[in-house]
Amino acid sequence: MLTLSHFLTLGAILFSLSVAGIFINRKNVIILLMCIELMLLAVNFNFVAFSRFLGNLDGQIFVFFILTVAAAEAGIGLAILVVLFRNRRTIDVAELDDLKG
Amino acid sequence: MIVQELIFYAFSLVLVSAGVAVITARNPVYAVLFLVLAFFSAAAIWILLEAEFLAIILVVVYVGAVMVLFLFVVMMLDINLAPLKEGFIRYLPVAVLVAVAMAAELLMVLWARDRFGTDMFPIPQPNPVGYSNTRELGELLYTNYLLPFEVAGVVLLVAIIAAVALTLRTRPGIRTQNVGQQVRTRRDESVRLVKMKPEKPRSV
Repeated sequence: MLTLSHFLTLGAILFSLSVAGIFINRKNVIILLMCIELMLLAVNFNFVAFSRFLGNLDGQIFVFFILTVAAAEAGIGLAILVVLFRNRRTIDVAELDDLKG
Repeated sequence: MIVQELIFYAFSLVLVSAGVAVITARNPVYAVLFLVLAFFSAAAIWILLEAEFLAIILVVVYVGAVMVLFLFVVMMLDINLAPLKEGFIRYLPVAVLVAVAMAAELLMVLWARDRFGTDMFPIPQPNPVGYSNTRELGELLYTNYLLPFEVAGVVLLVAIIAAVALTLRTRPGIRTQNVGQQVRTRRDESVRLVKMKPEKPRSV
């Protein structure tokens, strides 16, 4: 029998996994963006599961908006990445210290 | 019921394995492709949760547009991967420690005293035949959530303009057509009438 715990556990595992990904790939901006996408997916899992088990569609509406904002974020993030690469020829986070005083 | 459980465990396994592959892949292209696999499995599990519209949206919009955008950018940039992989082994223990600690905390909250078990959240009945998830979502979206819906449209518009403004560049030293100037040109700017006496034919 699939209970709410099953889905929440899956979401929790996925979220921890993407946190680990941010720690491991702390130099590569593209993979960092992908880890954020994975994190948002894990959060969406909780919304969809609660929406199902509470019999309330508002959670799914929330997921809809999260997907919209995530798409916008990915678009702008990748645009920044392209400009960054054009100017610096690298996407290493460690080298982005121009704002350091 | 047992079939649903089998489906859930199969897709969860694929989802978690794809997640591990995303964060450990050597090549970003493979990472994007594994992320696509992860989104597909997630869509399957959402269908199990009877969120059909969102599952399809996840595949069509997310995999079809956002992941393809990622793939484009990853393949367009000529990245030297070797320096980006430095520190992978060094940070691995920290990452595993943090991830395990975080997962343990989350799971402790989830499993303690059966908070989210069947007592508090009974298994919902399947939706009746003829129930349309898309229709219900649409009715909610165009009544209670109309303003947020419009704002989401504005957010997307701003994202488009920002992305174009960021990446648009005018390279100096390239001869391009200036259409405005071309249309604005008047006759006397390019045609000059010269009055001159007719020449006499040369006497042979």
